[in-house]
Amino acid sequence: MFEKALSGDRRYWGWIIVLLAVIATGGRFYLRQLEYGLGITGLSRDVAWGFYIAQFTFLVGVAASAVMVLLPYYLHDFKAFARVTILGEFLAISAVTMCVMFILVDLGQPARAVNIMLYPSPRSILFWDLIVLNGYLLLNVVISRVSLAAERKGEAPPLWIKPVIVLSIPWAVSIHTVTAFIYSGLAARPFWLTAILAPRFLASAFSSGPSLLILLCLILRRLSNFDAGKEAVQKLAVIVTYAMLVNVFFVLMEFFTALYSDIPEHVEHFRYLYLGLEGHAELVPWMWASSALALLAVLLLVSRRLREQPAWLALACITVIVSIWIEKGLVMVVTGFVPSPLGKVTTYVPTVPELLISLAVYGCGALILTLLYKIALSVRGELRA
Amino acid sequence: MAAKLVAVNRRKFLKIAGAAALGLTGSPAVPLLAREPTWLPPVTAEPLTARRWAMVVDLRACLHEDGCRDCIAACHRAHNVPDFGNPKDEVKWIWKEHYGEAFADQAYDYVSAGFEHREVLVLCNHCDNPPCTRVCPTQATWKREDGVVMMDWHRCIGCRYCIAACPYGSRSFNWRDPRPAIAEITPQFPTRTRGVVEKCNFCEERLAVGLLPACVEACRNRGLAFGDLEDAGSEVRRILRTRYAIRRKPGLGTQPEVYYLV
Repeated sequence: MFEKALSGDRRYWGWIIVLLAVIATGGRFYLRQLEYGLGITGLSRDVAWGFYIAQFTFLVGVAASAVMVLLPYYLHDFKAFARVTILGEFLAISAVTMCVMFILVDLGQPARAVNIMLYPSPRSILFWDLIVLNGYLLLNVVISRVSLAAERKGEAPPLWIKPVIVLSIPWAVSIHTVTAFIYSGLAARPFWLTAILAPRFLASAFSSGPSLLILLCLILRRLSNFDAGKEAVQKLAVIVTYAMLVNVFFVLMEFFTALYSDIPEHVEHFRYLYLGLEGHAELVPWMWASSALALLAVLLLVSRRLREQPAWLALACITVIVSIWIEKGLVMVVTGFVPSPLGKVTTYVPTVPELLISLAVYGCGALILTLLYKIALSVRGELRA
Repeated sequence: MAAKLVAVNRRKFLKIAGAAALGLTGSPAVPLLAREPTWLPPVTAEPLTARRWAMVVDLRACLHEDGCRDCIAACHRAHNVPDFGNPKDEVKWIWKEHYGEAFADQAYDYVSAGFEHREVLVLCNHCDNPPCTRVCPTQATWKREDGVVMMDWHRCIGCRYCIAACPYGSRSFNWRDPRPAIAEITPQFPTRTRGVVEKCNFCEERLAVGLLPACVEACRNRGLAFGDLEDAGSEVRRILRTRYAIRRKPGLGTQPEVYYLV
């Protein structure tokens, strides 16, 4: 089956070469990071986690969102999703792989990562997170491989795969819940210490992930003969709409509790985000942009007339993804460290090597996704000549 | 020989091994190889033991000597703590903070005699219920039975979860190779590598040979007391019986074992 990924037109190979170049560039900088240490990033004593861990957090959401196509299809027999389930599973595989890579590039001693397995620590949420992430990766690899192999032979998938698929549904919820627990269980960080963090993570995942899936469907329709079908795309759009509304609602809940209770150590983080603290306002324009985009996304999505036009839908999806990426992939992690437990406000700005290394990880994810989608579409014989 | 070694406990074994190593090299200050266990201090006295180690910091003793850095210098020299001279790469085990920052939840306007701008000595609190050891995914940091919160620099993977979990900002990360930033390496104690977390260890290496922590010993005003909190006759208990002490962020339930006399 994998040989399908080795034949393609010039455009296909051009894209692969671009991705390999991005990976090679970031890879070189990663070697420099290995030699110099994580001091090559913008991180510091007070801001100990930054861009890498934030990308990890964002991508766990993308991975978890595959459940939004699996659940309607397998539990509610929603046939229109038949053609997109494999896209969702492959997106999950690519996203989880990037998650694990982002954790690895963030480690000060990556060669010792195996210590997590050698000295299992059930009291550590990070330990559980690696278990659920790797389990989820394995589930999606098995499910997608078995279903695609069956499809290729023109047979129904074997019966034993059904319970595995059903298991993958709560498992998807678990990966983002456990990821939220990494943050929401720390007494030291009032910004993250909120019970609604896990539900918020899920809501933002179920809006940004399916948005990405819609965009991928729209792109594939232009690049190949693959057509997800209007019904599937529109159903995904409805899912994005509700998830985004719930997400915005949850964020407003956070505002209320923090601002009305007026506990200084809770309020200060929000002040840092929206107004700036002690002259540090680097994240302020980003945060306002994220909020404005969230509002715009909601307006575009709730209008059924706009949502049903592919161009407007694509715009809405891009708006959702950018808004949530800023929130989870840029702001949420860093703000937990600002101000520090000792009230210090430290600026964190990712460095060029840090960004290029991150880009390389995204490059790996895009490469995996490209190869897997190519295989899936070739198997279905839906590619243009 | 092997059977005999198994019979002795680990500490005794290290003592014997350390004494043997010292005997072999002749001089404890000159390591033969960088990886030799030359950091083992000379065995001079019986180890100091306790059921729960605790420290009392008398802020008034500190206040008499604003600007004094004796304890910090002694600690950082003894433990090969690097000094990069910039806040980004900073590593520190014990340092001074303004009262308003060390005790943010207890600061108020018009606090007596400019207290808010006075400096407070801060270090790892060696909490009885430490959040940092709970989150560590490799048990590279753990609480010893006598209450010392330890670090294994060979097991630490550098995920910095413990830094995120510490409510006191007591932990530092080696963002780069610390060795070039150490003015003079103390061979009795290991240097660290880049990519691992470190913090105050309550001088467990000194306790093991009967010495009090370096900071306690260095204080010219005898402003630091160290002892067994579970021993009713210890100095720390005597002080806590007679003077009112506070701890940092007591509301979080971490049970810090560093007490402050204000």
